[in-house]
Amino acid sequence: MAFPQPRPQAPQLPQHLLRTIDCQQGAVRAVRFNIDGNYLLSCGSDKSLKLWSASRGTLLKTYSGHGYEVLDADGSYDNSQICSCSSDKTVILWDVATGQVTRKLRGHAGKVNCVQFNEEATVILSGSIDGTVRCWDTRSRRYEPIQVLDEARDSISSLKVAQHELLTGSVDGRVRRYDLRMGQLHVDFISSYFTENIKPLNQDGQCTLSSSLDSTLRLLDKSTGEMLGEYTGHKMKGYKLDCCLSSKDTHVLSCSEDGHVYCWDLVEGSLSLKLPVGKAVVQSLSFHPTETRLLTAMEGRVQVWGAEQEEMEEDVIAT
Amino acid sequence: MASDSDSDEDFVTYGTPLEPLEEDEPLKKPIPLHDQTVKDEKGRYQRFHGAFTGGFSAGYFNTVGSKEGWTPSAFVSSRQQKAEKHHARPEDFMDEEDFSEHGIAPREITTSQEFSSSRRDKAGEKARAISAQAALIPGDTLLEELIAPARSSIGVELLMKMGWKEGQGVGPRVKRKARRQQKDGGGKVYGCTLPPAGSEESEDDDEEFAPENVTFAPKDVTPVDFNPRLGVQGLGYRGLDPSLALLGHGTAEHIDLFKPQSETRNRLFGDTKSSSRRGGVVGQAFGVGALEDDDEDVYHRDSMSRYDTILGEEEPGDGLYGWTAPQQYTKKKDRSKDASYLGKILEGFTLAQKPLEEKTIFPPPSLPRDYRPVHHFRPSVDVSHLSGVSPALAEALRVSKGHMVKEEPQQAGRHQLDSGQRRALLGEDTLQGPSSVMELLRPEDRQRLLSLRNSSNPPSAKTSIPVSSHASQTSGKSAQVLPASSDLQQVSLAAWRGIQTSSQTFKPFEKNPSKQARYELYLSCLKQGDNDALEQSLDPGMTEWERSREREEFVRASILYRPTSSSLSSRFTRAKDQEDDDSVEVSPDQEGDLDDKQAAVKMKMFGKLTRETFEWYPDKLLCKRFNVPDPYPGSGIVGLPKVKRDKFSVFNFLTVTQSREAAAPPKPPESGKKSRWDVSEQKVEKKKEDLLGELLSAARNQTETKVEQTPTPALPALPASISSSDQAPGSKPEIKSSDQQSSEEKKDGDEEEEEEEESRPPMDLFKAIFASSSDEKSSSSSEGESSDEEEEKETKEDEGKMDSEPLNLFSIPSTSTTTTSSSATTTSFSSSANTSSSHQAAVSTQASKQEEEEFGPKLPPPSAALSRGGATSICPPSKEVKTGKKSKEKKHKKKKHYKHKKEKKKKKHKKHKHKETAEEEQGGGDGEQEDGQVSTDELLKRLKSIRSHQMW
Repeated sequence: MAFPQPRPQAPQLPQHLLRTIDCQQGAVRAVRFNIDGNYLLSCGSDKSLKLWSASRGTLLKTYSGHGYEVLDADGSYDNSQICSCSSDKTVILWDVATGQVTRKLRGHAGKVNCVQFNEEATVILSGSIDGTVRCWDTRSRRYEPIQVLDEARDSISSLKVAQHELLTGSVDGRVRRYDLRMGQLHVDFISSYFTENIKPLNQDGQCTLSSSLDSTLRLLDKSTGEMLGEYTGHKMKGYKLDCCLSSKDTHVLSCSEDGHVYCWDLVEGSLSLKLPVGKAVVQSLSFHPTETRLLTAMEGRVQVWGAEQEEMEEDVIAT
Repeated sequence: MASDSDSDEDFVTYGTPLEPLEEDEPLKKPIPLHDQTVKDEKGRYQRFHGAFTGGFSAGYFNTVGSKEGWTPSAFVSSRQQKAEKHHARPEDFMDEEDFSEHGIAPREITTSQEFSSSRRDKAGEKARAISAQAALIPGDTLLEELIAPARSSIGVELLMKMGWKEGQGVGPRVKRKARRQQKDGGGKVYGCTLPPAGSEESEDDDEEFAPENVTFAPKDVTPVDFNPRLGVQGLGYRGLDPSLALLGHGTAEHIDLFKPQSETRNRLFGDTKSSSRRGGVVGQAFGVGALEDDDEDVYHRDSMSRYDTILGEEEPGDGLYGWTAPQQYTKKKDRSKDASYLGKILEGFTLAQKPLEEKTIFPPPSLPRDYRPVHHFRPSVDVSHLSGVSPALAEALRVSKGHMVKEEPQQAGRHQLDSGQRRALLGEDTLQGPSSVMELLRPEDRQRLLSLRNSSNPPSAKTSIPVSSHASQTSGKSAQVLPASSDLQQVSLAAWRGIQTSSQTFKPFEKNPSKQARYELYLSCLKQGDNDALEQSLDPGMTEWERSREREEFVRASILYRPTSSSLSSRFTRAKDQEDDDSVEVSPDQEGDLDDKQAAVKMKMFGKLTRETFEWYPDKLLCKRFNVPDPYPGSGIVGLPKVKRDKFSVFNFLTVTQSREAAAPPKPPESGKKSRWDVSEQKVEKKKEDLLGELLSAARNQTETKVEQTPTPALPALPASISSSDQAPGSKPEIKSSDQQSSEEKKDGDEEEEEEEESRPPMDLFKAIFASSSDEKSSSSSEGESSDEEEEKETKEDEGKMDSEPLNLFSIPSTSTTTTSSSATTTSFSSSANTSSSHQAAVSTQASKQEEEEFGPKLPPPSAALSRGGATSICPPSKEVKTGKKSKEKKHKKKKHYKHKKEKKKKKHKKHKHKETAEEEQGGGDGEQEDGQVSTDELLKRLKSIRSHQMW
């Protein structure tokens, strides 16, 4: 009974609230899926980092050891390690299973805004308010960074590693792309407004998305720096908010200060969904790497959104 | 003995301190063994030959031969004559080494034993015994005593003949009572001493006995031991006490390290027959013989209890108080007690009575408040320019400046004075001849020379020969202003204009009053916005060279010492919000490329304008971790290549610059990261996209929504041109007419070169864009200078040719990008542009017309923008119906551009094109474009890419 493949349906949007997790860790500064989307990490302002099961919403582990609120976290490709950064100027590499601090990396002069592993979790990259990105080696026992990228003239607000490239967004209004293979640094001036927020890379690696404090998301061509699209409508004036792309790169999502998550069609630039999350500012969001699943963080809660209500209910019953 | 100045605790240091150990000093490599050779004075290697030959180097150069070879020189054949019996003496077998000072038979003149000072006296022995205590092997005088020669020196014999006895003091006999020697029998007793000798002589009864007629020999003296110190021990070193080592006081007794007077010394000074103890060699240094029975103390046991643990004396009182004692205990110490911890005071030294005088260290003088730690080597063109003033008066003027008198001797040497100053110093009169070679020439020759020089200027001078009309009026004497300096002039003009606070400015030419006066005149002209302030303020009596030099100095000084408001404003960029119109105006040329980028961002022209690409060197390890080959193998650089230039330096101001970007003072955040790549990047940008840059400046005009203000393009000459046009409105009509002439002629040229020009938009387009940005001053001056019509034609032709040449002609970044047709009003421009464009070929004409329509309304910002917005809002947003109204309103400006980009992106993202709406969108987009509504970035694209060019 070989049926032909059904026509690819229009991508569904995560518009149904599946679950709300009250994280009990103060304000959730960032929420992140792990590499396969089965777990999620929530960075709390009460200095703790928590690991949750994404499907059941149960707390699996609490990682405490930071001296101030945790600002960002990332899981390694093999789920064995977590790196997190905090306002206490440190980057911590955690062992997932034991919850112990594997390494505490000091060196930033200010609070560390963003952190990420590279593909093989051999390097931790962290961007800080001191304007530097530091590349920490996880293999050797060196406690000094391999390299310090201090080209930015203002605070690094976000960074993203994609294969051999490193994208950093800085408050000086520029997106810097460090190409390790070519040994080049491309600096794109994006906005005269202060914050460049986050730039996930498209799946094909051709575009970068950046959001800035003029309430605009911009999709830029990577190679030339030309603007391919612009997405407006949300409100982002004062806070550092996340944005992301959907798993199949069909939509652009961004937090907003008016309590919604905005979702635009990537190609058309039209607003396709305005997801009401709550009354406060949606601070962070993360899209499931494969499925249509969205995490949003607002105040102390993390909400999981999915495309279909039923399926998730079945899931819940099954578990 | 240096005592610390601030601490009153008296630390006394002996000796010279060790050199501070430098940590990063490389370790001295020890000389390898094979290099450790010994040579004698003849350069022969000395080898060890054996103990019996005296050690080193037997024979002749380590051979058994001699200088003559194997045959000794003393050999005489015994065939004919019998050699005499030769008695060999030991010296025959010695070489010079043996005869030398350290040999076995030294041959040198020494005092013979007889005349040498005898040591055969008891006092000398005593002295030697004392010193022998300090010797390495204590008590080594024993042997000498045994084998002493039985003769004394001649001096001793003489003395003895005079009645002197050994041990006596030398001198005339005295009449008083003989002093009892060593009255107290050894003085103080430290530690543990020998038990007082049993056979103590009772000398006490002699005390009363003092006969009148008896004279006594002088007091016995212990002669000072003049033996040189041989060892490497320090000054106060004292060897092992032989009394302990040899005489076997093995009992646990207190060793006082700091009290040198041992019992041995006491014994030496006192009676010698004290030792009833068993002598012999017993102690730690020697083993216990088989026959000796007391072997219980074979290994000398030492304990810390025998040593002092405290420096100084015991605490007074009951010892209940430690270092936390109340003040009465701690403060009681006086200086004499302080010295006690010093322990032994060296022989010949006494403790100072009064403390060492403290060194007073004076604080460094405080700097005056207006002190600037930068020295400007300012070429001082001086008194000679006071043309009418006598040298004496000039001197007086200079002296009357007060502190200048003081600085006079500090002035640099005579080589830095110019001829005028030297003349003034020497009091000579001014030479009456012409001051310049130029003045010797006839006026027409001079004119020709000048024009020659102008024509040999760099090609930028071709378009703008900047001899101002004013300069040409002054009989050609005033030189032409070089383009760079004219740029600087504009900068300074922009900086100073409108500033009324002339209260306290820096006087850079204070040394030279007349020059300062000229400079101030120049500044005041600048403040009034006078364009040719420089020409007015300069002294016409000076030579050509001096004037040009002074001109440059003035311009630079005016930039350097510009009022703080403008220098501050050049540091900061304009606030983005345009609400406050009374903000400080920055001349547009001073805003750097950041503004270009912002303008580009505003126009949504992302891409090359907003992108900078640098070489970046990742760390090797980073590459390894990322599994990426090192892009720059073998290079040691990490990160961006280092910047050569200082972050912020005075020299940034002083460099003579050709481009306006460099002429503007570097902005601190920018210049830190700027380097050669920045320059090259600029060049690239200029080469490829100077058109874009010009578009951009036009765009910036638009974005600066200041209606009442004249549009300000990115050319520094603008304020000047405006002001000059304000000054001389009468000159406008002529210029216009000549413009039209030129444009007429240019038409022909354009038609001739139409084929070459097809690849890019015609010149008139740019004229239209830069309607107000032309450098009027330069063009008018060029026209004023060359009144000839034919010449004018030729230059225009040349320009046309140059325009058709590669685009990097436009990369001349300064005011030289002046369009030839100059006018102050936009209307005249558009008219001329229209006429010229109407003559062009069909395709390009259409294009340019469209662009004119695009660019035309842009210059007056608000109303045109509204109309344009209305036009664009006609085209319906297809899919946006359900989106919020707000977003639609926001978007309608960007819509066209976005649509276009989207279409381009469709090609890229094929996989997303599964939507039915995509075709609609594309169709709509095409329709839009065919409407002829070409946006600015559309134009940009057309200029950039061939593909977009084919669309036309």
